[in-house]
Amino acid sequence: MTLLEIEGLGIDFGGVTAVDGVGFTAEPGRIVSVIGPNGAGKTTLFNMISGVYLPARGRVRLDGEDVTGLAPNRLAERGLSRTFQNLQVFLRMSVLDNVMAGRHLAERGSTLADLLGLPSTRRRSRETERAARALLERVGLERAAEREASALSYGALKRLEIARALASRPRLLLLDEPAAGCNPVETEEIDALIAAIAAEGVAVLLVEHDMKLVMKISHHVVVLDHGEKIAEGAPETVARDPKVVEAYLGAHAGREGSHALG
Amino acid sequence: MRPIFAKPLSARHATLLALLLLIAVAPAFFPSNFYYRVGTLIFINGLAVTGLVVLIGYAGQISLGHAGFAGLGAYACALGPVHLGLPPALSLVLGAVLSGLLAWLVGRPILRLKGHYLAIATLGFGVLVSMVLANEAWLTGGPDGMAVADLGLRGLLKSAGIKVGNAELWYWLAGLILLAGAWLALNLKDSPSGRALRSLHDSEVAARTVGVDVAGYKLSAFVISAVYASVSGSLLALTNRFVTPDIANFLHSIELVTMTVLGGAGTVIGAVTGALLLTALPQVLTALQEYEHIVFGLIMMLVMIFLPDGLLPSLHRLLRRRSS
Repeated sequence: MTLLEIEGLGIDFGGVTAVDGVGFTAEPGRIVSVIGPNGAGKTTLFNMISGVYLPARGRVRLDGEDVTGLAPNRLAERGLSRTFQNLQVFLRMSVLDNVMAGRHLAERGSTLADLLGLPSTRRRSRETERAARALLERVGLERAAEREASALSYGALKRLEIARALASRPRLLLLDEPAAGCNPVETEEIDALIAAIAAEGVAVLLVEHDMKLVMKISHHVVVLDHGEKIAEGAPETVARDPKVVEAYLGAHAGREGSHALG
Repeated sequence: MRPIFAKPLSARHATLLALLLLIAVAPAFFPSNFYYRVGTLIFINGLAVTGLVVLIGYAGQISLGHAGFAGLGAYACALGPVHLGLPPALSLVLGAVLSGLLAWLVGRPILRLKGHYLAIATLGFGVLVSMVLANEAWLTGGPDGMAVADLGLRGLLKSAGIKVGNAELWYWLAGLILLAGAWLALNLKDSPSGRALRSLHDSEVAARTVGVDVAGYKLSAFVISAVYASVSGSLLALTNRFVTPDIANFLHSIELVTMTVLGGAGTVIGAVTGALLLTALPQVLTALQEYEHIVFGLIMMLVMIFLPDGLLPSLHRLLRRRSS
């Protein structure tokens, strides 16, 4: 039962090929991690899947339907949701409002009704608030609900983005380095959260640098290097793949490579 | 369930209450009838500025051409009774509908632009409207302007046995309409559409990934603010009983934006405070009148540099920091 299927995906920036010929699939309830050295094209790949960039080559299919090049809001309507590596939080809004905004597709209605404050509008807002508070509790931010988002710590903002992404009740969730900049305790929490999200039947696509986290929770790992897929498979197989070891050691002699092996 | 009076007042109710008190209590301190006139102008500007709160404060889009919509509203009230035989009140509605339609038409292409480009495009639109109003003298009377019919409300009240002075009547009427406008804008803020607007203000890419049709919502905000400006222009024409193309002037657009950002574009009460300060000051300090535009420009620059969030939000933050 394939939810996401990408095939031969590629894009160039000013004549330089950033990603080329990447393909893999994602299924409900499973976590697929995309790893690779810095600059391997992981975030670019995410941006193509989520409609932020228009791919130059290849296809993206959701439920067998070709959705290549659809705008992000159209993809959201089809059940895709994501977080961002370089945080895209609504900083001037309250923490609660951020998550409520994530439920836009379920709560949107006529702007005229919203201007007039009709009972239907208020009912939708109440339902959204209830759902948003439950999500804040899930990511441990319920006590910060009324604060302005800009007042939160980096780690808290990461969790806020996850809560906002979950508010749309996605079937496919793209997480771009959700644990970056988080301390070990926070990483542990995010790790458990991602596993729980997948257990509910969401297909999770993860870009992450923390190899311990990747190896622990992924069902399937895709390795990119220089914009191309060099390996994929179960975490333990990939970690032993000579090409993967070389990519990591070649690029960063040492640290990340030994993490990949461990 | 807590009793209703124990609940803290929501920002929405607090704003409406503050406005209501201001409108109701201020006349007790008026030394002369002239102040009813000043109050009326404050409320009329406050209405246009409330519309700009939706556009600038919520959606984060700039317009330097909204006086163009005020001009349309004003001339609808001047021309409607003469050429279409419409009563002035219906002409106001017609002007608002036309302004909304025009905003929808011109907004579609220009809202694709960002920042400076959007500012320039809207500026161009405003200049275009004011040039048409000044040049088509056969219709608009040209730069000399034209007379505007009486709204007829005073006569209506008189026949019902209620006698009220003209200045006073306009004060209450403009105050009521401002309250209604503020109520609508406040409803919008914490509604699903308001959240969509505020989200695209902070991050367009994130707004799109949660499903917001960014272009569509920007357009809604532009149309809503154009209708506010149009009604404000209509009221100004009706209370002055006269209109000139100056109403659609670029400087009027700048005044409106300055009022909005001075008080704080994000909130209705902040923006109305801006309208109050910048409408009242030139009236009270008549010596300033000649330098009005220099002062406006200076205020806008100072606000942008020192109080980017506007007067009220900055004060609020300062007070909160002091108390904690």
